[in-house]
Formats: sequence, structure tokens, C-alpha cells
Amino acid sequence: MELVFFLLFGTVAVVTALGVVLARNPVHSAVALMACFVNISAIFVLLQAPLLAVIQIFVYVGAILVLFLFVTMMLDIRDAELQRFLPGRNLAAFALLVLLGIEMLVLVLMSNRFPQAAAGSRTGGEIRELGVTLFSDYLLPFEVASVILLVALVGAIVLARKESG
Amino acid sequence: MMVPLSWYIVLGVVLFVIGAAGVLIRRNILVVLMSLELLLNSVNINFIAFGHFYDDFRGRIFAIFVIAITAAEVAVALGILVALVRNKATLKVDEVAIMKG
Repeated sequence: MELVFFLLFGTVAVVTALGVVLARNPVHSAVALMACFVNISAIFVLLQAPLLAVIQIFVYVGAILVLFLFVTMMLDIRDAELQRFLPGRNLAAFALLVLLGIEMLVLVLMSNRFPQAAAGSRTGGEIRELGVTLFSDYLLPFEVASVILLVALVGAIVLARKESG
Repeated sequence: MMVPLSWYIVLGVVLFVIGAAGVLIRRNILVVLMSLELLLNSVNINFIAFGHFYDDFRGRIFAIFVIAITAAEVAVALGILVALVRNKATLKVDEVAIMKG
């Protein structure tokens, strides 16, 4: 059953990811990206990380994609959608991508060091344990992340503001 | 039936390659940024899959940090984009060469 769900969500995620790259209109790309994120969060549920799935939907679908759609509405996209890809033949880029994909697939599929089954799954107090770990062992990175978010907030406002002199 | 770990990793690889393709060959800056999101998300799948299979919380904590940094990155990138379009009125990657890159 888990296998069926994994194949379903994985296939839809890959198809919608292709839609992001191939769509002509940036709005279509954004909608395909939203579908992709929802499927990835379903895969997080399969990996028994429901908290991450919820965070994924809140942050990516609720915040980041809305931001993308707002910016898309603010900007004039009509001339940009006429030409999808960079001009000229992107032979080097394609060669690089094929090389990258083949290398990673070979490394993953040839390896025999992956564990076959999941270690004992602790589903009960998972979120509590995650919170305790986050606020004790990872307190400094947590504070640094909050400072980074604050700096990004101020920076985005300063960058997007009109020059008033 | 259990899904083996390597399948999750292969899914991450496929999404990563698709996202890298978007970053390298698309011309619209907005779509390039969206493909960047795809790259970061495929890495998150790897983190959480390894964390699940090794029964380790650090994978999930790293994924949380990746999501937070992604939010900051998108805010700054879109701010730069709005400022850029206001000054130069283009959304094409190859026409933005102020820094002679």
C-alpha cells in the first residue's frame, strides 16, 4: 500500500516538476510548482514526518508561492513568455545535466550501503522530541536562522522600496 | 510493503536534475527562482528520508532550517527582482549583465 502511494505521489511530483520547467507562462509554472510541493509533502507523510509536511504546506504553498504569484502579477510578463529558453543551443548545459543525472543515479543504485528497512519507528511523541532537540542542541542555529529571517525581511523591504530621495 | 530508501533518493535525484535544468536553460528569472525552490525541496526529501531510515532527528531539523533559509532567500530574491524590473524593465536572464558576468 505504501508502495502504491509512493509511486503515485512520486510520479505526480516528477510530472508537475517537468511542468514547472516546460510551461510557457510563469503563472502556469507557479501552479505546477504548487502541485509539486503538495505531493512532496505527501511523501513527507509517508516518511512519518507529519510536522514537516505541515510546515512544507504552510511555508511553501502558503507563503512562498503566494509571494511568487504576487510578483508575477506586479510585473509585466508578456514579453518574457514569448521565448522560453535561453537563445542559442544549450549543448553544454544539457551535457552537464545528463552527466550529473547519470552520475548520481549510478552512485545511488550501485551502492549497497543503504539500510534495507527503516529503523524502529517512533511515532508517538515525535513532535515533542523534535522540539526538545531543536531548542536544546540546536539553539544557536535556531537563533541564527531567526536573525537571518529578520535581515531578509528588512533587506526585502529596503530593496523593493521606491527611491524617495 | 516498505519502500526502500534508494527509491526516495532516486526521486530526489530526478527532482534535482529537473530543477537544475530549469535553472540552467530557462530564460525567465521568475521560473529560474521557482526551479531553485525545486532544487532545495529535492534536498529536503533526501534529508528526511535518511533521517527516517536511520531513526535520527537531525535530518528533520536540517530540513526545518533549509525551509527557513529558503523563505529568507525568496524574500530577498524577489525584492531584488522588483528593484531590477523597476530600473531595467526586463525579466530575461541574459539581458541582466550589469555586473559583466
